[in-house]
Amino acid sequence: MDFNYSPQEEAFRREVRGWLAENMRELPPWWGRPDVPGPDVDSDEYRHFSFWWHRKLYDAGFVGIAWPKEYGGRGATLIEQALFNEELARHRAPGPVNVIGIGWAGPTIIAAGTEEQKKRFLPKILSAEEIWAQAFSEPGAGSDLAGIQTRAVEDGDDFVVNGQKWPTGAAERADWAILLVRTDPDAPRHRGISYLLLDMHAPGVTVRPFRWMDGDSSNCEVFLDNVRIPKTMLVGKKNLGFYVAMGTLEFERSQLGATVGRENIINDLIRTMKRTERDGQPLSQDPVLRQELAQHWIETKVMKYMGLRMLTSQLKGEATGPKANLGFVMAGESIQRLQDFAIRIIGPYGQLARGSKHAVDNGRWLRSYLTSRGVPTIGGGPVEIKRNIIAMRVLGLPRSY
Amino acid sequence: MNFSLNEEQVMLKTSARNFLEKECPKRLVREMAANKQGYSPELWKKLAELGWMGLVFPEEYGGVGSTFLDLTVVLEEMGRVLVPGPFVPTVVLAGRPILAAGTEQQKRRLIPGIANGSIIATLAFLEAGGELAASAINVRGTTHGEDFIIDGTKLFVPDAHVADYILCVIRTGDGVSKEEGVTLLLVDAKTVGIHTEVLKTLTGEKLCEVVFSNVMVPRGNILGVLGNGWQIVQRILDEAAVAECAWMTGGAQWILETTVNYARERLAFGQPIGSFQAVAHRCANMAIEVEGAISITQYAAWAISENDPEASAAASVAKAWCSEMYKHVAGDGIQVHGATGFTWDHDLNLYFKRAKTSEIAFGDGRYHRERVAAYITGEGN
Ligand SMILES: Cc1cc2nc3c(=O)[nH]c(=O)nc-3n(C[C@H](O)[C@H](O)[C@H](O)COP(=O)(O)OP(=O)(O)OC[C@H]3O[C@@H](n4cnc5c(N)ncnc54)[C@H](O)[C@@H]3O)c2cc1C
Repeated sequence: MDFNYSPQEEAFRREVRGWLAENMRELPPWWGRPDVPGPDVDSDEYRHFSFWWHRKLYDAGFVGIAWPKEYGGRGATLIEQALFNEELARHRAPGPVNVIGIGWAGPTIIAAGTEEQKKRFLPKILSAEEIWAQAFSEPGAGSDLAGIQTRAVEDGDDFVVNGQKWPTGAAERADWAILLVRTDPDAPRHRGISYLLLDMHAPGVTVRPFRWMDGDSSNCEVFLDNVRIPKTMLVGKKNLGFYVAMGTLEFERSQLGATVGRENIINDLIRTMKRTERDGQPLSQDPVLRQELAQHWIETKVMKYMGLRMLTSQLKGEATGPKANLGFVMAGESIQRLQDFAIRIIGPYGQLARGSKHAVDNGRWLRSYLTSRGVPTIGGGPVEIKRNIIAMRVLGLPRSY
Repeated sequence: MNFSLNEEQVMLKTSARNFLEKECPKRLVREMAANKQGYSPELWKKLAELGWMGLVFPEEYGGVGSTFLDLTVVLEEMGRVLVPGPFVPTVVLAGRPILAAGTEQQKRRLIPGIANGSIIATLAFLEAGGELAASAINVRGTTHGEDFIIDGTKLFVPDAHVADYILCVIRTGDGVSKEEGVTLLLVDAKTVGIHTEVLKTLTGEKLCEVVFSNVMVPRGNILGVLGNGWQIVQRILDEAAVAECAWMTGGAQWILETTVNYARERLAFGQPIGSFQAVAHRCANMAIEVEGAISITQYAAWAISENDPEASAAASVAKAWCSEMYKHVAGDGIQVHGATGFTWDHDLNLYFKRAKTSEIAFGDGRYHRERVAAYITGEGN
């Protein structure tokens, strides 16, 4: 057991730190400063900013750190990827864009795609010249993905696709999407699905943004009306797309970046607690709040070491897919409690939204309180489904449904 | 970065598991709970022969020269089967501080005996207030020529009734802060004036009241520096907390495995109860808490082994987590077993009870959360 990093890994960490120290100076004045007015996250200005920063990360070789060199990656290990995520979070620097492309589409194409697909798509994923979305879920099929209804029928060299996808993140801005369609309606549900690469600019694709309850409007409904997708865009075997989608991708499972993000939140709250007085004493001295504050820190540390244990076993080539859910469930539920705690710390100001007079940190806490109800326990796979997987595939209990 | 046990640790774990499954059946655990001495001298001898008592002591004092982390590997297995007896008091509560703070002479006198199993030792710390604080140390040692005279009552002293030595935390002075003036004294348990009475406990663990009446202890028996003992006490508490975490983690894994097996086999409404989500998700929650406990405990044990500056904070994080974890897991285990789990005869109840005493030992969740709060805010309360 050793929590130290190798000289090579430490050198990489220093490189990242040096680079961030140098380049973060160029960030706009509003970055990380809720008191300085800046653009809305949905605005063109913000988009422009995040692509500019992505390009810098990309040019420095920090995008696709654990991707093979031949596909434009750095060819380093998942440890370096974890270290990078950790440093990025510690410095509170913006991350790369094209999360679905880099985290899902790319790795899937690397694992199951054809040579042409790799050549055609991978370089532009890392450079973010092409942005990707994930069009798996439908109004009638979320957790139970094998229930999708979107149909693809073969016609010459193409599939002709009809149906509706929802919710599809970033679809309005996306150039491509990974898409699940039903290609054999008569086969058993899991064995009649194919995995396609969809050109979002193709005729017949209609995208309609909607708003989540936190105000985010980057997610969309996607309507597919006689969309022609060339058969060369099939990933893996026809009708076995469900397994391509479920395949265990080698994404980094330590969640080290997220853990540091939680530490940042807690440290910000401690600062607020120290300067907020109630009953004649700073909140940081309130024994009940101290208990709760400490509990958040404890959970953060516990998750950090669960993550590192998972990363170690991943590096040894062990199957961590089902087991990683132990940490994911905890992280998803824990961040919600932390965000709820944050609102209680800032008291009545907690209800003031971005742009309001008197809003603390320009409404940052309110937004993240709401945001924490989406991806952490639903969008990244509902915690109930994750518990089912733990029960069945980690503990060996019988199927419950 | 490599967060896994090394080959020797895995071997140690496996051999400990096999040995204890054979040598420490639940029958023995129950017998010892009712037994006056509270431990089996035969088993004690075998543990010594395996080198477990000497694991964390250097070879020059008759030990094995392993790390604290190695010790927690063994403790986890001991906690899994609930080995009765004065192992933790002897090795962690007394042996470790003697090694860390003792004079060469004290070490030569005591560590070899601890390492070979011929000396049983313990720590007398808590008093009537039941508080793990320097301000709660009121048993006095007054100078009398070359001796100290101790007067007062210590409570909840583990295994004092069978101990050869009692490491005693006493007050020898009053400083500006309560931490000043606390002194550790090595007391021969046979000294005239010591009266020990075993208390009747939840688990049958032997916690004692130890009354000191005019007990004379030579000055040479001070451990460390007169009046400066609190630092040593803090280190003892950190190590003891992590040792207890390892113990709890072992027990919790037994509960989880036993419960999952039961959920696979027990039928209700024509199906295994593990196929009901209310049961399956309870098991999943147990697994999450246990995985967290394994991870944080191993990290804390590593931090102590390496004298990492985070060791003390890590110990509190681990003890806060494990204290709650063990209670939840033991309670969930009983719930999944239904009435069977509530019986005296089912072994689950031994773990449920131990979860409570383990929570209390060396600071409960509330105590350690406050310590964590002080650490992260940089402010006491
Ligand atoms: C913010 C956000 C972003 C998203 N982005 C995308 C995206 O980019 N692309 C995409 O394809 N999808 C996306 N999704 C959709 C996401 O994948 C689904 O929400 C998720 O798979 C759950 O499906 P559902 O919402 O239809 O809920 P349902 O499947 O209808 O489930 C409803 C409830 O029932 C529970 N439930 C269902 N089955 C079981 C079971 N067997 N046992 C126990 N409980 C069960 C669920 O846990 C949940 O609590 C996003 C979702 C969110 C919230």
